[in-house]
Amino acid sequence: MLESAFFNLFAGLCVISALGVVTARNTMHSVMFLVFCFFNAAGLFFLLDAEFLGVILILVYVGAVMVLFMFVIMMLEQKKDALKSNVRQFLSLGGLVAVLLLMEFVAASSSGVFVHGAHATAAHLGRQVNNTEQIGQVLYTKYLLGFEIAAIILLVALIGAVVLTIRKRKDAKYQNISAQVKVRREDRVRKVRM
Amino acid sequence: MSVMDMVIQAVIWALEILAIAVPVALSVAYITYAERRVIGWIQVRKGCNRVGPAGLLQPLADGLKLFLKETIIPARANKLLFVGAPVLALVPTLVAFAVVPFGETSLFGQWERPHVMAISNMNVGLLYLMAISSLSVYGFLMAGWASNSKYPIMGSIRSTCQMISYEISMGFGLVTVMMLSGSLNLADIVHAQAGGLLHWYMIPLFPMLLVFFISGCAETGRTPFDLTETEELVSGYNVEYSGMWFATFSLAEYGAMILISLMTSILFLGGWYAPIPALDIIPGTVWLLAKTSFLVFVFIWFRATFPRYRYDQMMRLGWKIFLPWTLGWIFVLGVFIYTPGLDHIINFWLAWR
Repeated sequence: MLESAFFNLFAGLCVISALGVVTARNTMHSVMFLVFCFFNAAGLFFLLDAEFLGVILILVYVGAVMVLFMFVIMMLEQKKDALKSNVRQFLSLGGLVAVLLLMEFVAASSSGVFVHGAHATAAHLGRQVNNTEQIGQVLYTKYLLGFEIAAIILLVALIGAVVLTIRKRKDAKYQNISAQVKVRREDRVRKVRM
Repeated sequence: MSVMDMVIQAVIWALEILAIAVPVALSVAYITYAERRVIGWIQVRKGCNRVGPAGLLQPLADGLKLFLKETIIPARANKLLFVGAPVLALVPTLVAFAVVPFGETSLFGQWERPHVMAISNMNVGLLYLMAISSLSVYGFLMAGWASNSKYPIMGSIRSTCQMISYEISMGFGLVTVMMLSGSLNLADIVHAQAGGLLHWYMIPLFPMLLVFFISGCAETGRTPFDLTETEELVSGYNVEYSGMWFATFSLAEYGAMILISLMTSILFLGGWYAPIPALDIIPGTVWLLAKTSFLVFVFIWFRATFPRYRYDQMMRLGWKIFLPWTLGWIFVLGVFIYTPGLDHIINFWLAWR
């Protein structure tokens, strides 16, 4: 009972904050709603005993990805009029996606997966079953190839970002800190006889 | 589970939360007092000694003053986020205390097995702490942005860059702890360091202890890294704040300072164990809090003795010195653990083999 109460709380807040992301006028508010939405999704993972996934969701998405999102949004100029004038332009495409999604949801909900009593209730295992260890054991044996491919893709993206942004500017005065620290009094002060 | 059971459970949770939050708030108040006295002592002056005996009532007077001051909200500020930002900065710090184990107790021999004194002794405690402590950056970012003013936004961009940069080396420092203890559970990490001073992780991981503590210093924006609130920015992200909302930011800062000190004592300084096993007759919580208080003193000591870093120096320290050091130490530990002939050296600290 307590579990289903918490499920309803997290799932409800998740849906409400997801609605908030779409409807909020202020982009900064949208980002905060998205952060809140991730939080509640992490709460759902916790209810399923998947504490590792829940914490990683917060660590990666809320702690890192969304901060960068927010940084970009902070730098952007907010034009409210421009947003309004574009509504008609995106209406047809957006409407199409919405209708398709609605049809999918209706089809899925009437397929009998969600009938009463068929809830996917997870059997709770004891504290000695550590899902960090379990994930690690399949990730580094059974799914090693996929894991390594993902790692290489990330490495390529990382190096690509560095290559794209690095440029040595001739006019900038780069500071050599070890040279600054090594400076002694004799290098800077000269005794002048007047 | 009946409704009655749920009510009882809720009351127990509320009491547990109060039992952590109230001492944290009180110790924050008295750390501000200790800070002023210690800095006074280091700078050969008195420090606050007027309100009450030896100035002991000073934190209460400060609190009263801040409480009675008017909270000004700038006209062009984003009201919702302006008011929400200090709360966003404070809440992660308090929530993080939920997994901190304050010791072990068998309630004077009444329980057969000793229980860990934490609200939640979860399996991924270490990751939880990392995840939650990375969230207070939102408070600082929001404060700067919502103020709609130049200096706050400069300060908040600086503090965000600083926190993101130092979180990385902090996280890699924690990886070395995981490699030795083989667990993410904070109580298990402390158990792995049982048996006296030589078993503490500060011996094999001494550079990581330094990296972790200094990164913690940067993470909380304490003095060598307080360029987020320097004079050239008037005072950084909190320029527009006054009264109680301003106090909430410093509450968050000092709370984070206690948290970093607790984490360092738990991960590297043997948690609730005494340096010599014979001294374990003194309760473990006393040892843990003593280590924590010493580290808080080190924070204050830093503040009184070090000049401030320049922005580029701070970035260089995080990315070019700490990050290679931590990655290198992970490599060295891995080599030691899996090379035959070398592994008997590291086996002394390895809990999982």
